[in-house]
Amino acid sequence: MRRTRAAAASAVTVSLLAAVTACGGGSSTDGGSNDSPKTLTYWASNQGPSIEADKKILTPELKKFEKQTGIKVKLEVIPWSDLLNRILAAATSGQGPDVLNIGNTWSASLQATGALLPWDAKNFGKIGGKDRFVESALGSAGETGSDPAAVPLYSMAYALYYNKKMFEDAGIAGPPATWDELVADGKKISKDDKWALGAEGANLSENIHHVFVLAKQHGADFFDADGKPDFTSDGAVAAVKQYVDLMGKDKVIAPGNAEYAQNQSLQDFAKDKTAMVMWQTAAATLKAHGMSDDEWGVAPVPVQSGAPGADTAVNSMVAGINMAVFKNTDNVDGAMKFVNFMTSVDEQTILNKTYGSIPPVKAAQQDPAFNTPALKVIRDTLAKSAAPLPQVANESQFETAVGTAVKELFAEAAAGRPVTTASVKEKLDEAQQQMPKK
Amino acid sequence: MTVTAEPAVGKEAPPGATAPAPRRRTGRVRRIALPYLLLLPALLLELLVHLVPMVIGIVMSFKELTQFYIRDWGAAPWAAFDNYSLSVDFDAPIGKALLHSFFVTCAFTVLSVGLCWLLGTTAAVYMQENFRGRGFLRAVFLVPYALPVYAAVITWAFMFQRDNGLVNHVLHDQLGLTDSPSFWLIGDNSFVALLVVSVWKGWPFAFLIVMAGLQNIPKELYEAASIDGAGMIQQLRRITLPSLRPVNQVLVLVLFLWTFNDFNTPYVLFGKAAPEAADLISIHIYQSSFVTWNFGTGSAMSVLLLLFLLVVTGVYLVLTSRGRRAADA
Repeated sequence: MRRTRAAAASAVTVSLLAAVTACGGGSSTDGGSNDSPKTLTYWASNQGPSIEADKKILTPELKKFEKQTGIKVKLEVIPWSDLLNRILAAATSGQGPDVLNIGNTWSASLQATGALLPWDAKNFGKIGGKDRFVESALGSAGETGSDPAAVPLYSMAYALYYNKKMFEDAGIAGPPATWDELVADGKKISKDDKWALGAEGANLSENIHHVFVLAKQHGADFFDADGKPDFTSDGAVAAVKQYVDLMGKDKVIAPGNAEYAQNQSLQDFAKDKTAMVMWQTAAATLKAHGMSDDEWGVAPVPVQSGAPGADTAVNSMVAGINMAVFKNTDNVDGAMKFVNFMTSVDEQTILNKTYGSIPPVKAAQQDPAFNTPALKVIRDTLAKSAAPLPQVANESQFETAVGTAVKELFAEAAAGRPVTTASVKEKLDEAQQQMPKK
Repeated sequence: MTVTAEPAVGKEAPPGATAPAPRRRTGRVRRIALPYLLLLPALLLELLVHLVPMVIGIVMSFKELTQFYIRDWGAAPWAAFDNYSLSVDFDAPIGKALLHSFFVTCAFTVLSVGLCWLLGTTAAVYMQENFRGRGFLRAVFLVPYALPVYAAVITWAFMFQRDNGLVNHVLHDQLGLTDSPSFWLIGDNSFVALLVVSVWKGWPFAFLIVMAGLQNIPKELYEAASIDGAGMIQQLRRITLPSLRPVNQVLVLVLFLWTFNDFNTPYVLFGKAAPEAADLISIHIYQSSFVTWNFGTGSAMSVLLLLFLLVVTGVYLVLTSRGRRAADA
């Protein structure tokens, strides 16, 4: 009896202590240490068809690293739905991985938490220098004007995938180059339960990616030079309206797409129900849906006029995955070695080839595998006509606020209610007022 | 879940214990102390699991806890009542959205609890009769309660899809009730979708509890009533419902708290951004804290919700037990 009571009491004390210390953690070991030089924990994002597939792809590479350096890497592949919350929890408690993948659009937001090791010249020196990386990819690795919070790992961009058979059936020779052409072609295709363009109307991030590009094409930005939200400029309103009008006014997007958020549009595309989708890397998923590579083509995402390029001819965001080191790692040297390994030309070639992405390391892009017609379009886009999403601390709030506004406007359009310049402006104004004051 | 008043343990003296000997007294002390000792671990854990986070939440609500400070949130500046004034400024978008969400949640809760109770009580009363297949039906009725919430709600989300969902297939394609397939997961209909799932998920609990309560009503009451010529409706009004009163008191309260706080159903059904018509308060707070990384405002909203629920629960308990005491007297 007494023994059990003592055991229970000590258990309670220990857990109380644990809770108390966990709350206070996080700030003590600034800059990291080298207390456990033989192990690393790595949080990888889900890049392949499944978590299991990712483990299978990454494990042999991690074994190679272990052989070279004697450092054992504990791998955890984290689904996208959890990743940001897990990183936030890790930042709050200080109990995190040593090295982790982040979506590159989160770079500035996560940088603001101070949880990630800054990549100054000295740190970049340990992985072969800043110049090894493509410039646009580095541009999405942290707030403009400060040291990047992460290093680019995989790069991607949007392209227009089109269903060759549906184009043929509608008598259309090739993919549209401008939005006017897309709408004109779209009207030929959109009948008898077939539709021209797919959209993930309830997916906040997708909405953001598209209205961001359209805003660029209208000469507008969602944040001004001081990093203050500016959602209601004429250009931004026109951009959002143009995107939602593809469903409401032009009727080239099926109304049902307003509730899509789980890549249903790729399924429609593979089933010959939708002729075009704007997507980053769709090849593997299309194959999984039973579509062979020669049944679809890839073209640059349309622009307002002319050809894709800089400024108002931008036709994609810079998409991709960055690799960051947690500031309070207990193996900072090992973490550097690991980032160096993952960004080496060999590993970049192997991994990007497997995932269907583009290596952000210049030297690795020479491999012929990145020269297929589909990847060439994406590579050209990244090199010439992609712009990074706003690199400001409030980026994730922007995605939520404006992404939700676009989702609600799609719902209006899908229900057959008119979407006007005034109603778009009102929604964007509401979104802007929800942004933090500072 | 709820604490009911138990007779105070250790009060009853064993018969014939008129002259307590010293040894008896230590035995009595031990007997009095024992329940508290046994409760102690539970109390400590309760403190750890419930009260400590609650207190931390209250502290957080007075801080400006944004992404700039989450890494070392002791360093976050004090915000005094800023988070609260932001939440209750009903002219500004954040307060307006919170108020809207509050009203949606109230309407949703009243409808859902009412329907759950009505369905559960009706089914339980009818299942009192002995008929073939009663056990089977009882089991079937309890299935929604036994299913894991996520699996069940994901299935509902599939059924509510506009283009390929079962609901539209039946309502539109087969019965022709609507001119065009309706949206259930976005727009105004989402409230109906949410209500349907919530009632489907919640009524078996009401059924179970009322069924248990019905077992305690003596059969003789009904026999006497029918001899006196009372019909079924009268029996229901004069015997069943009054006898179920204590059961209903707890049942309605528990259903109310669960429904008002329900997070899983809207989250699985609609994702991170619920449509305005179905923007329940729990998911609204989640969005205000996790998605926008403003944990201070989120905590302030949570504290407001906590206060509201405390007041409602307190008033409810006072009112219902006063009524009960009056009825007992």
